[in-house]
Amino acid sequence: MASEVTHTAATFADHLPVLQILVPFIAAPLTVLIGSRALAWPIAFVSSAIAAVIAFALLMKTMGGEVISYHLGGWAPPLGIEYRVDAANAFVLLLVCAISTIVLPFARTSVAAEIPKRQHTLFYTAYLLCFAGLLGVAVTGDAFNVFVFLEISSLSTYVLIAQGSYRDKRALTAAFDYLMMGTIGATFFVIGIGLLYMATGTLNMADIADRIAEQGSNRTVRSAFAFIVVGIGLKVAIYPLHLWLPNSYTFAPSAVTAFLAATATKVAIYVLMRFVFSVFRPDFSFANNTLEFIIIPFAILAMFAASFIAIFQSDFKRMLAYSSIAQIGYILLGIGFLTQTGLTAGISHLFNHGITKAALFMGVGALVLRTGSSFYSRLEGAGRTMPWTSAAVVIGGLSLIGVPGTAGFISKWVLVQAALEKGWWPVALLIVASSLLAVIYVWRVIETLYLKPATGDAATATEAPASMLIPLWIMAAACIYFGFDTQITIGASQTAAQGLLAGAVGMAH
Amino acid sequence: MAINLIPTAFLFFAAALLLLVLPQGRIRGAVLLALPLVAALQVFNLPEGIYAQADFFGFTLELMRVDRLSRVFGLIFCIAAFLGNLYAWHVRDTVQQVAALLYAGAAIGAVFAGDLITLFFYWEGTAIASVFLIWARRTTGAYHTGMRYLIIQIASGVILLAGAAIHYRETGSLAFELMTLGSLGTWLIFLSFGMKCAFPLLHNWLQDSYPAATVTGTVILSAFTTKLAVYALARGFAGTEILIYIGAVMTLFPIFFAEIENDLRRVLAYSLNNQLGFMVVGIGVGTEMALNGTASHAFAHILYKALLFMSVGAVLYRTGTSKASELGGLYRTMPRTAAFCLVGAASISAFPLFSGFVTKSLILDETAAAHYPIIWAALVFASAGVLSHSGIKIPFFTFFAHDSGLRPKEAPMHMQLAMGITAFLCIFIGVFPAPLYAMLPYPVEFHPYTMAHVVGQMQLLCFALLAFGVLMRTGIHPPEIRAVNLDTDWTYRWFMPRVIGSMARVISTVWTARETLMVATGNGILRRLYRSHGPEGRIARVWPTGAMVIWIAVLLGVTLMVNFAS
Repeated sequence: MASEVTHTAATFADHLPVLQILVPFIAAPLTVLIGSRALAWPIAFVSSAIAAVIAFALLMKTMGGEVISYHLGGWAPPLGIEYRVDAANAFVLLLVCAISTIVLPFARTSVAAEIPKRQHTLFYTAYLLCFAGLLGVAVTGDAFNVFVFLEISSLSTYVLIAQGSYRDKRALTAAFDYLMMGTIGATFFVIGIGLLYMATGTLNMADIADRIAEQGSNRTVRSAFAFIVVGIGLKVAIYPLHLWLPNSYTFAPSAVTAFLAATATKVAIYVLMRFVFSVFRPDFSFANNTLEFIIIPFAILAMFAASFIAIFQSDFKRMLAYSSIAQIGYILLGIGFLTQTGLTAGISHLFNHGITKAALFMGVGALVLRTGSSFYSRLEGAGRTMPWTSAAVVIGGLSLIGVPGTAGFISKWVLVQAALEKGWWPVALLIVASSLLAVIYVWRVIETLYLKPATGDAATATEAPASMLIPLWIMAAACIYFGFDTQITIGASQTAAQGLLAGAVGMAH
Repeated sequence: MAINLIPTAFLFFAAALLLLVLPQGRIRGAVLLALPLVAALQVFNLPEGIYAQADFFGFTLELMRVDRLSRVFGLIFCIAAFLGNLYAWHVRDTVQQVAALLYAGAAIGAVFAGDLITLFFYWEGTAIASVFLIWARRTTGAYHTGMRYLIIQIASGVILLAGAAIHYRETGSLAFELMTLGSLGTWLIFLSFGMKCAFPLLHNWLQDSYPAATVTGTVILSAFTTKLAVYALARGFAGTEILIYIGAVMTLFPIFFAEIENDLRRVLAYSLNNQLGFMVVGIGVGTEMALNGTASHAFAHILYKALLFMSVGAVLYRTGTSKASELGGLYRTMPRTAAFCLVGAASISAFPLFSGFVTKSLILDETAAAHYPIIWAALVFASAGVLSHSGIKIPFFTFFAHDSGLRPKEAPMHMQLAMGITAFLCIFIGVFPAPLYAMLPYPVEFHPYTMAHVVGQMQLLCFALLAFGVLMRTGIHPPEIRAVNLDTDWTYRWFMPRVIGSMARVISTVWTARETLMVATGNGILRRLYRSHGPEGRIARVWPTGAMVIWIAVLLGVTLMVNFAS
């Protein structure tokens, strides 16, 4: 093979795709082996920061539309495992790494308060595994490898959620429920991959795409598509498959929720996009129809049903969990449009909603730390005693609504443009209408924090420590910053959307 | 000059920030007074052109577009901010001070906005900043009124944004220029302007909220929001015929409500609505002279309306009430306020030598010249109505009429000063209209003091005065009774809540049914599990997982069907 040379990575920079995974993967056992509670957090933080630098480098390389193909161990695909980075997954990688790096300093204080000391080392081990798993899902170009990384991140996620049991025992059932459901979802996913293997005889995603394109569709391929969409749909929390999410987010430790809400579902959405666009291609009528008749209706349903539930919640954290389900609806809607603009909206909302939710969940974490609860009734008047935390929560809330000048507005604007471009007026109106529901549930928070007289714990609460405020405000500032500078978000989303719509360009050799 | 590079609105925002660090008292007061003057100077001296541009999201925003139309509005907004702040010199409430500056800044920013996105930002800015002037009263009533006001104002902004998005999709341009009604986008923009301009049936927020604000807040509120909308209409929809009819209705219907209204600040709010009607008619006629009329009338109107609100506000400040039924005979102890109020009343009634006369006749003449005789007649009738409810009713029931026995002190010095300056400006414009005419968007060839104008107007005024006298003597004039008139708000306050209420009941029933169904499904699964797994409590918690599995199965089934069918 003439391209033999390219298989052997020549410089350090060529190894970036694998280093992306290796850094946290080596750090995870390292925390256990060293066994020092004092060193666990620094290791986690440093590996996360290194990963963030790598992700940034990868995004810069792929922004122009270039695709990096890395052959693991020098084994050429389709037999060897290929890591394949383009703008779409580099963008997701950066999101995951950035969120992790910012959430970790917050986590240090939050975890110290919510989890007993003896668990700290293992907590960070599980965290790193989850982190590495999410990165692996995003970076790999091998279908079965996706499943493996998905399981790594899922299993450690269950452990992380269960850590919430020191504050509320219901975290255990939440984790257990999620374990059951997550496993069923993963099983469906792996069944789908099995069917694909049956139909094509290969596991490399680009290779699968080539062969499906050659042989056309048949029952096996169609069944595979259905299984994969439903299986990964559970991880995404597509509307009727969302039941695991509210409990998991509510009862998990604050730091875990902030991390997962901003990253886990987003990575799952990326996988969905990758399979729909790069492996199956939407020009197959079955893929097209699935999006149009299943994903879009459920996405719109989610935008409303979940928002209504969020309005009636009495627990801030649970409200945010339901609002996440609604926001995922927007992302899926953008993807379902199957147009350049729609995909751009979906991908940019994936990012913007990630930072918004990270800010909000960190805000809740800080409130919980000082008042001991996330119920509205216990947070009344906290705006006066915890002004900085509350102000950041308000900024996050505004971004959640999509108020102009915040990140949330940008992606919703593009989404509305995408709907108009398709000539779907009613859908554009529905997007705006459901944003008004967000106004209601965010207003309830503002009312609780600022307009109610301070009572109980909130009246005597002191401002959250700087270790929490700084990450919180970085996120809040990002919500504003990306509301004005759209170079990175919209730019990368556009490149990513182009890449995805162009489909798999075939094997990189 | 370096100051020319800074958009005027930013001066206000910077000053608002500065206020936060300054101590209460004279220094703050000085900033509040000096800044509008600096801004006015800047606006006055800026040559026409586009100054500050910014890139946003692939669009170029024009933050500062100066032409003759925007300059005259920008200038009067600066003057209004100065007068309002002078009137509020005694206020020691940071919220109101900052809100007033931000509000004025946003309104001025909107006037100079060269594109729809910038306009939208400032549009919402005026909404958010101004609501604090209502909330600053800190009563439950004011809170709820403010909330209603805010919702309507924000909705207007959202509609504007939606309109701008669709307009952009249709034309590929976001420039804020003359538009023609016809497409959905322009209609939405038109509706948004109309909400802020208090078109008939969209007007309730105005009479509802302005009287609910603080004494000084109302003065500030009366100047900006609606006149911003007038400017926006003049810029975007000049010559749109439908505006003539909308405007005519606007001049007429508030008269009747104003006649029966007891709260004098609400009377003024109605008459404000009526005055807006004149401007809207002018925009609808759309000729150069008509637009001149609109701009100059807005200029004069801001002044005399502020003056009237100031004088009634001073009474409210001293006596604690603005109800006609509780006031009367105050000229004995508040002679100067009474005199200022009379100047305001004379101006709004368009007495010769007062500002209303030289500006309103521009619009009236153009309407006649454009061959709308019925509209012209309606405007003349409305002018008589203005005289009745604002020109006579306000000063008469406050300062004269029966003696209420109240002997309040004269208004504070700074209030008198503010009223004095405003009254001076009203008379100055009335006597020497040339400087105002020189600022108007188009060259003016107009002489207000012709025999026909003066005699015609005097006839009208005299007959209206006569009618008022006769009505009072014969006791037909509606007495000042304590009552709240609900206007068409009845629909929104009584009818709609009931409709929404019954809808909510239906929705919640469906919701509960769904919940019950889910629980029932869960329970069904639970019973089977119970039979097969024995009495283990652990399993009892599994039902949501079960429900979930059913959903997965259902979804998979549906997806497979769709896949196989296509």
